[in-house]
Amino acid sequence: MTKRKFGFALPLALAAALILALGVSTGSARTQKKAAALKAAWMYVGPHNDNGWSQAHDKGRLYVQAQLGSKVETTYKELVPEGPQTTQVIESLIRDGNKIIFATSFGFQPAMVAAAKKYPDVKFEMATGTAQSANMAEYFGAGEDGIYLSGMAAGAATKKGVIGYVVPFPIPEIIRHANAFALGAQATHPGARIRLIWTNAWLDLGKEKKAAQSLVAAGADVLGQNVDSPATGQFAESKGVPWVGYDSDAHTFAPKQWLTASIYNWGPYYLRKVKALLNGTWKTNFYYGSLKDGMIGLAPYGPKVSAKTKAAIARKKQALINGKFYEFAGPLYDQKGKLRVPKGKRLTVKDLYAINWLVRGVIGSAKG
Amino acid sequence: MNNSLVVVVLASGVLYGTPLLYAALGELLAERSGVLNLGVEGMMLVGAVMGFWAVQRLPGPSALVLAAGIGVAALAGAAMAAIHAFLVVTLRANQIVSGLALTIFAGAAGLSSYLGNDLKLTGSPARHQFQEVFPKSLQDLPVIGPMVFGQSLLVYASWVCVILVALYLTRTRTGLNVRAVGESPAAADAMGVNVAAYRYAHTLVGGAFAGVGGAAFSLSITPQWADGLTGGAGWIAIALVIFAFWRPTLCLLGAYFFGAFTALPFALQGHGVTVAPELFQTLPYVATIVALVLVSSRAARLRFGAPAALGLPYVREER
Repeated sequence: MTKRKFGFALPLALAAALILALGVSTGSARTQKKAAALKAAWMYVGPHNDNGWSQAHDKGRLYVQAQLGSKVETTYKELVPEGPQTTQVIESLIRDGNKIIFATSFGFQPAMVAAAKKYPDVKFEMATGTAQSANMAEYFGAGEDGIYLSGMAAGAATKKGVIGYVVPFPIPEIIRHANAFALGAQATHPGARIRLIWTNAWLDLGKEKKAAQSLVAAGADVLGQNVDSPATGQFAESKGVPWVGYDSDAHTFAPKQWLTASIYNWGPYYLRKVKALLNGTWKTNFYYGSLKDGMIGLAPYGPKVSAKTKAAIARKKQALINGKFYEFAGPLYDQKGKLRVPKGKRLTVKDLYAINWLVRGVIGSAKG
Repeated sequence: MNNSLVVVVLASGVLYGTPLLYAALGELLAERSGVLNLGVEGMMLVGAVMGFWAVQRLPGPSALVLAAGIGVAALAGAAMAAIHAFLVVTLRANQIVSGLALTIFAGAAGLSSYLGNDLKLTGSPARHQFQEVFPKSLQDLPVIGPMVFGQSLLVYASWVCVILVALYLTRTRTGLNVRAVGESPAAADAMGVNVAAYRYAHTLVGGAFAGVGGAAFSLSITPQWADGLTGGAGWIAIALVIFAFWRPTLCLLGAYFFGAFTALPFALQGHGVTVAPELFQTLPYVATIVALVLVSSRAARLRFGAPAALGLPYVREER
């Protein structure tokens, strides 16, 4: 039998698929206003509506758009891969005339650094990174403070003293968050142990659920997370296990088991920087938001958090704000019981950005 | 006992293998009729998003809404498969290219995510979801409790599907015709079997199965909609059909094996064993690539028991 293909069918199918795929992918980046306004762009590692990290940033973008109206034209690119394609996305944003680009995932940093060198008159804003330059600012918030407080809610909820924590990648950001969570839990449940499972993905619902499942099977009676989706919470709800979220208020996914979550409010920072660019006063910075300036906060509590716990958390929050308490002040011991931070010493933000060890009571490897 | 590593992994194998099983059964039906469908991943995603949409929007009691959700997911998968069938049966386009194009078109960051955004499906959990049907006392039985009784209706329905597909292919006249169409369409044509109609029907039913497999994610495993929810399950399903030598019952075993394999690294971590995550995360896909390489060579295909006319368009005049 000889093969004969209809000459037109194949290119036709390909062309149709390509046109549709292109149409859809540009459709994902919705542009808000059409006037001759300042163009500002955001890049997300997940979907803009992930009920987590990326959504919190998108809320900030919408806040900027609402506050500045026709003076700005904001846009976003979602599901941007961390790797060579990051550069392509940045290039296309610049070609579209964006003058300030907010990159909201650590893995975008190499591409951002390269683009900042190549385009000196575009302003670059890099969340969670460390590579500051004349036209590239770094910003983040002390999520660890909010996470410490949410850890207190988890500690108060555990009976067995074993809390599961679903974590993405073994990088300093996540290690300091896991440490803060453990320290918070141990404040309300002395000796509490925090079991980690790494998913090696920021957002992967299947992996997050499998991790949550394995944590409960391994004896955890409360779950927490540093990953981006509410899949852990849905599993927790189905098993009657209290749950601490992260990034966004996701109580709708686990109405009965929701405790709270450390959340970010990026809007005011974004507004300040975009306004500064409009006024010609934009400056590079290494900005580290806090509970005090409101970049970090706690989501509303669920029904399982007792009045006593709420009061304890409120007191700690106040102490964190006025500097009377700091979770990373010594003495701090690592997993093996070795004294890492002696009494009277404290970890600085710089130390926290390089931290590679887990505190006492955390079960799991700091290497993933 | 039921929290031991082995039981957790085996029970996970059944849970996470179920979408693979549905998709693989569908792919098996299409391939047995001679149509290779590489668009499974796209069809699963469209099924997942549309099934979820139906469950979020339709009023009524939980059981009815869920049934309707599965129905819509099946229809959505079949609609995508209809494009594939039109291209490869009627226009006789290259089956590999058409299938790949469909997955790119419908997959993550394609049609399925467009639908998810446009129908505003993110931000809330599924209003209804498939839950364990047996009482807690049965679910707590050692070993077989979590594996056999701790599952949802979708799992039990998939067992029925395996039996039905196996009986259909081996014990019915139409099933025999399907295999004839897949092995030698010319001979089937001479027997008076309508080759195009058979291929259309089985590609569409295959797409419907893929849609249901997708809905197993959005209505049962992680009952919500998120972009790329199926995470490559469609590709594994295609490989599964090859590893199962085109036999429905072996598909079941293979699906549970792959399902257990994806859960294993997390269960191991829960027991304090860390294995290089890259290894575990890539192995199912490495297996998939090996299978796809095997199936791309005709000689190897026949040795594994592939339908002889798999991937070949049928043109009556060219006999």
